[in-house]
Amino acid sequence: MKIGPFKIKRVHEFLIERLIQVTAWTSIVTIVLIFLFVGKESIPLFTHPEVKQEANISKLFVPQQYSPDKPPKSVWQPVSTVPKYSLYPLMVGTLKATLIAILFSVPIAIAAALYTAEFASPRAREIIKPTIELLASVPSVVIGFFALIVLASILQTVFKLDYRLNGINAGVALGLAIIPVIYTISEDALISVPRTYKEASLALGANPWQTAFKVVLPAAFPGIAAAVILGFGRAFGETMIVLMASGNAAIGNWDFTESLRTLSATIATELAEVVHGSAHYHVLFFIGVFLFAITFGINFLGSLFIARFKSKLSGARS
Amino acid sequence: MNTDKTNFRKKVIALLGIGLFTFGLTTLSLAETLSVKGSDTMVILGQKWAEVYMKQNKGVTVQVTGGGSGTGIAALLNGTTDICQASRPMKPKEKLDLKKKRGVDAYELSVALDGLALFVNNKNPLQELTISQLKEIYTGEVTNWNELGGPNQKIILYGRENNSGTYAYFKEHVLQDEDFTPRTQTLPGTAAIINAVSKDVKGIGYGGIAYGRGVKFIKIKKDAKSPSYEPSLANVENGSYPISRYLYWYTAGAPKGIIKKYADWVVSPAGQSIVKNVGYYPLPRKTNLTGKKK
Repeated sequence: MKIGPFKIKRVHEFLIERLIQVTAWTSIVTIVLIFLFVGKESIPLFTHPEVKQEANISKLFVPQQYSPDKPPKSVWQPVSTVPKYSLYPLMVGTLKATLIAILFSVPIAIAAALYTAEFASPRAREIIKPTIELLASVPSVVIGFFALIVLASILQTVFKLDYRLNGINAGVALGLAIIPVIYTISEDALISVPRTYKEASLALGANPWQTAFKVVLPAAFPGIAAAVILGFGRAFGETMIVLMASGNAAIGNWDFTESLRTLSATIATELAEVVHGSAHYHVLFFIGVFLFAITFGINFLGSLFIARFKSKLSGARS
Repeated sequence: MNTDKTNFRKKVIALLGIGLFTFGLTTLSLAETLSVKGSDTMVILGQKWAEVYMKQNKGVTVQVTGGGSGTGIAALLNGTTDICQASRPMKPKEKLDLKKKRGVDAYELSVALDGLALFVNNKNPLQELTISQLKEIYTGEVTNWNELGGPNQKIILYGRENNSGTYAYFKEHVLQDEDFTPRTQTLPGTAAIINAVSKDVKGIGYGGIAYGRGVKFIKIKKDAKSPSYEPSLANVENGSYPISRYLYWYTAGAPKGIIKKYADWVVSPAGQSIVKNVGYYPLPRKTNLTGKKK
């Protein structure tokens, strides 16, 4: 009789344990399945003769000659008598938006992280940290709408730009979305720098500013680098903000004041109505694979930096 | 306690009964299936019609697919679709083919009107443009307003995404199938374009007429010599506004039975009110009830 409840408890524990295990594995399986499905839909680009004729890897990445008297061009113009599928303008557009976002958000986010980790009074920190993190919960469509209606007009009057919706507008809006990502991870990295570092620095006569800039910041560098990389990954794949704020013109140059079109926004706008099974359809899925691979790589790199940072600090402690 | 239980049981049985009844109805109704195929421009319109019609007439299933007007006509020839949606009139040769293959005449029904408005910022002094000027603007040959008699400033182009019927229509009828310049900024929806143009003194955009507020409409001329028309409903209806067209339905022979019922409903005021919601123009009153037979 005494063994009974004990056994039941064991059964419960066993079941719950398995349940949690299944949940964990489900998410991994889901990701693998998503990747497989998206990958499968892009395979006809390599195998299907008709699709291959209209779009293949060299057409996606190498400039093409469309008229005999003009030099080869890289153009994204999938709906045309001669469909043009060059990904170059889209890649340039994505990089332009992401670069501006990083340039705009990194200084702000790291400065804010340094302030709350090193200088702010506990009360100020209590207010600032959650507020910045709250920015992460603003839906990206709201940020995009704000950029489309308000930010674009402000930037145009301040910088006297020809294009109202342009790379700078999209980049700054994107920057707003990744500030919380970079801030939170950087702040964690700065906080977890051991007290002994600071105490040693202060004991040697350095003032708080010198300590913060020359000791704490370098010690937390791998963590901050990880923050920037993860922010980059987020900006790279972000869709709604750039879709609304960038103007979506597939121009393949590095002029930041012109409109741009990103890889993710292209999928979002064109997949809804594309003819199922056409070359255009498969190219869009290929872009999906391409985006997935890049963001996966970036996030992997970020995690690697965080792991290195943790082992470095714990190694220093012992 | 006991009555509670029986009540519960009764409820369950009632629910099951209702469920079975609906299930039976849906199975019975599967017999009446209509297929509609054709123009990509009209897919959304066709789907909206189908949705509302199916809601009002339980037991009818309408399947709508796109593929292009040509695909739809081919399907009509092969007898794989009941109704073909086309954003252009059927060619004489296609009508002949139908006669040869199926032994019946093509039955044509105008189901909606489609027109495009061109608009600029309220501060832009420009009044009218010809179709060929529009083509030059949107293919990137003309890049400054002063080439068109406006102020000396860059032209900023706004347009629709390449998945939209408006994009396809503009490309076909104004650009004569040439490509848009890559500098055309594409925005999701006519409302977004109007918003952008209303805030951009250098901007020009196109879209449905019904959407327009806060921007200035450009009068359109067919060529340099012809008079210019503003994109009013009246001008679209009587065909004097140059960038407008009828949207058609075709069936093999005069429609009968369920197809006729559906076609009649589509041109009825109820069906035509949906046309407006989707962003096209309802038919002028006169042709509302009778389709033209050709």
